[in-house]
Amino acid sequence: MDKIRNFSIIAHIDHGKSTLADRLIQFAGIVEDRNFQDQILDNMDIERERGITIKSQVVSLPYSAKDKKDYTLNLIDTPGHVDFSYEVSRSLASCEGVLLLIDAAQGVQAQTLANLYLAMEHNLEIIPVINKIDLPSADVDRVIEQIESELGLDATDHLKCSAKMGIGIEEILEAVVTRVPPPEGDPDAPLAALIFDAKYDSFRGTVIHCRVFNGTVKSGDTIRFVYNNSSYRVEEVGHFLLQREKRDRLSAGDVGYIIAGVKTVSDVRTGDTITLENRPCAKPLPGFKEVKPVVFASIYPIAADDYSDLSDSLDKFKLNDASFVYEKDSSAALGQGFRCGFLGLLHLDIVQERLEREFDLSIIISVPSVRYRFTLKDGTTLFVDNPAHYPDQMSILKGEEPYIRAAMMLPERYMGAVMKLCMEKRGVNSTLNYPTPGRAELTYEMPLAEVIFDFYDRFKSITQGYGSFDYDIIDYRESSLVLLDILVNGEKVDALSQIVHRERARTRGLQACERLKEEIPKQMFKIAIQGAIGGEIISRTTITAFRKDVIAKCYGGDISRKRKLLEKQKKGKKRMKMIGNVSIPQSAFLSVLKSDAE
Amino acid sequence: MSQPGLYIHIPFCKSKCRYCAFYSVTGCLSRTEEFLAALRQEMALSSDWTAAFDTLYIGGGTPSVLSPAQLTRMIADARRSFSIEGEAEITVEANPADITTDLLKGLLQSGVNRISMGVQSFNDALLRFLGRRHRGMQAEESVRLAQKRGFDNISLDLIYGIPGQNRKVWEDTLRRAVSLHPSHLSCYQLTVEKGTPLHQEAAQGRVLLPDENSQAEFFFFTSEFLQKEGYLHYEVSNFALPGHESRHNRKYWDHTCYLGLGPSAHSFRAHQRHWNISSVDGYSNALTTGHLPVEGKETLNQENLRMESLFLGFRTRAGICLQDYNLRFGGDLLKEKKGAIDHLVRGGFLEIKDGFLKPAIKGMAIADSLALL
Ligand SMILES: Nc1nc2c(ncn2[C@@H]2O[C@H](COP(=O)(O)OP(=O)(O)OP(=O)(O)O)[C@@H](O)[C@H]2O)c(=O)[nH]1
Ligand code: SF4
Ligand SMILES: [Mg+2]
Repeated sequence: MDKIRNFSIIAHIDHGKSTLADRLIQFAGIVEDRNFQDQILDNMDIERERGITIKSQVVSLPYSAKDKKDYTLNLIDTPGHVDFSYEVSRSLASCEGVLLLIDAAQGVQAQTLANLYLAMEHNLEIIPVINKIDLPSADVDRVIEQIESELGLDATDHLKCSAKMGIGIEEILEAVVTRVPPPEGDPDAPLAALIFDAKYDSFRGTVIHCRVFNGTVKSGDTIRFVYNNSSYRVEEVGHFLLQREKRDRLSAGDVGYIIAGVKTVSDVRTGDTITLENRPCAKPLPGFKEVKPVVFASIYPIAADDYSDLSDSLDKFKLNDASFVYEKDSSAALGQGFRCGFLGLLHLDIVQERLEREFDLSIIISVPSVRYRFTLKDGTTLFVDNPAHYPDQMSILKGEEPYIRAAMMLPERYMGAVMKLCMEKRGVNSTLNYPTPGRAELTYEMPLAEVIFDFYDRFKSITQGYGSFDYDIIDYRESSLVLLDILVNGEKVDALSQIVHRERARTRGLQACERLKEEIPKQMFKIAIQGAIGGEIISRTTITAFRKDVIAKCYGGDISRKRKLLEKQKKGKKRMKMIGNVSIPQSAFLSVLKSDAE
Repeated sequence: MSQPGLYIHIPFCKSKCRYCAFYSVTGCLSRTEEFLAALRQEMALSSDWTAAFDTLYIGGGTPSVLSPAQLTRMIADARRSFSIEGEAEITVEANPADITTDLLKGLLQSGVNRISMGVQSFNDALLRFLGRRHRGMQAEESVRLAQKRGFDNISLDLIYGIPGQNRKVWEDTLRRAVSLHPSHLSCYQLTVEKGTPLHQEAAQGRVLLPDENSQAEFFFFTSEFLQKEGYLHYEVSNFALPGHESRHNRKYWDHTCYLGLGPSAHSFRAHQRHWNISSVDGYSNALTTGHLPVEGKETLNQENLRMESLFLGFRTRAGICLQDYNLRFGGDLLKEKKGAIDHLVRGGFLEIKDGFLKPAIKGMAIADSLALL
């Protein structure tokens, strides 16, 4: 056990975690050069396409240290984006130390701090590593200064590297061996292993990712899940070496996987403890803090028949995304579905895409909402994250909405435009700093709902991609709220309703109508779209009907060609939701949150 | 099932029209003999089509570029190779510029009883724009001549939605067409096909095509105009005096078998559609080595057939025979699609009458969408 080191790489987004992981993996030589690709741990298509890490990944690295001993280093690469911070916190539970990476040019950022606090909560050994020292704009001295002043760490212990150029890699590995304490625990004690992640495999059942704290588990053992006492026979255990690698056993201190033919997906819960049926541990491991979603939306299958399929898929998906929460929900317009909580808009976006890609589902996501707080005249308070549950306007004494502190880094030249945007988004109490000449650090307090409403796209386009944006939720503040409904051909479509600030209601109603007019294709009948507040119509628009869609000739060969075209259209139509007699494309629901494309 | 139809594709034109995406070659009329020999070979290789044909349609390209003697010989060849009924509808497409007494005489002698005249427009400026080689007056004269020579079943092809053609110009063309008393009219909306000179010009913004709305205006205007003149609007682009609907075209729309001979021609039999090589050389080469010049084929499954029945059915005024449809595809169309159909009936797009699901004129105009119901 003293030959094992468990550590995570944590940092703000894009500070180079996955790139450093690449260098460590290459140093360990577990992958042939010709099979190597950059950010090799980002193995999901969606991660590679977007260039960000979404899931934490474990990899076990063999390492012969300068003390002439052979070690197994279990490295966990974590995501940096705030929406995936639950991945980070769960990874940390399996570790004894972290490499806290700081971009030498950008310095300490919001998630540097947030992740440092997480590591401290777990009492982990923290090794500050300054990365990207090769950059011309690198300012190592300033970062060292920040490590002391902003992070409160002892800067004499820091390391410097360039993950990209492969500089300082061996020093990092040595520091891991000498500074990160070996895991504690007793391989002969009753088994106690913490489930920190899982993935459904249609051949093998659930693959459980766990950290063993005490005891030993091997194939043939009968394990028990403490949460519901279900038990399974272990088929295989092993380590992660980019692929799963079978091992004889996992013992205290190990990070690895267990396959036990678990097909009942709901038996496996992240945070649960695994023990042995015939020799259970005395008490379960502490588990994880509950996730606190901040953005909510409902998911519906496009075809009502697919409801049970969706339900199964969500169960399986949840295994691999512990931060995703959902419960049954139903909509008058869209039928049976699920109300879901997300850690942010990016998270929502990723969940939608993963569900469609990995489970081949066609789904509709309703207009996202934050969680509002209402105090009613009878003294009760309630939280509402679903416009369908908006209380009777007459009964409301006070409405409150969540506020965030937005932290933005941007080249100075975009300051004016960004400040204007923040003001438009009801931003208040701004602060402004210039950490380096030409670069501005701007903070604002803003309603979270405004950030959901088309903030990020506009921020990115204003700063032409050079701005970074991050936020923390700070508190609830009083706000004058109303419910904006959308009617399609006179029928209320609850999945398009939004809770909005009273002063914004009219504009938002107009925008929603305009966006829907753009997104909903012309159909055989004309379509009336209206925005309404408390029964009063505040905006309307009409989508005219098309009158002719057939083309002239249809003889001989044209028939096949034409049929293929129609078959394609039919597939496309299956991806639209029928509401009454109107087909509404998937994109329409999220488009409601977009303002004019500028 | 009704009797099969025979189609022969003549892949030659004297010049290429600017909107044309049909397979035809220009400037090598010297090769017609070589082609006719290959065609004779294809007929011989198709001897498994033994059922009697009740239609023969000679299209193109421009069949009238062949000499009267060649046409006569070709039809005689067809009659020798296949059984063609005495009462068969035999159509030849002709360019008004090619109509001569000799040609008409030859066609009559061969038993041709229907001429489809590629008039397109009576407006000379538009004819020039389209790249047609005849003039409006000439078309009128040719139709009259054919009538005088005994052809009482004449169809005129007309095109609307041409850049520069306003409603008045189109109405004038319709008026002149009707005054010739054709028994049949095909009125097509100009479609801009990829790879044609017209497409290129439209893409470069050099010509302005009418938008969806004015296309629809043309369509409904044409329908009303011709119906007032006593023509039945029996298919999206086809109009006929009662009893003069094209028997041959109907076969394409209701999955009757048909044999297509000549380059690029399509055939359909027993759920299978196949098509010939789209090149005169390729076609001839295959046949000289004793092979059928088939380029590709597809077998239609029930779902393919169903989709075709729907979209083709909704293109015809007669609509979809519910009993036939339910028998072919199982189930009950009216029940399965009740919500959608009721809505469309209320909206005046469809009616259910005498066991048929029939599109109204405004239903035919959106036949494609109806098929997706
Ligand atoms: N110049 C330079 N660029 C680096 C270095 N390390 C990483 N990068 C670049 O920084 C960008 C982000 O690197 P990643 O390794 O994906 O960053 P990450 O921290 O894993 O990002 P997330 O997982 O999305 O939080 C990539 O373009 C890397 O090539 C470095 O040492 N020097
Ligand atoms: S005559 Fe007909 S086939 Fe020949 S080029 Fe013109 S449109 Fe095409
Ligand atoms: Mg990464």
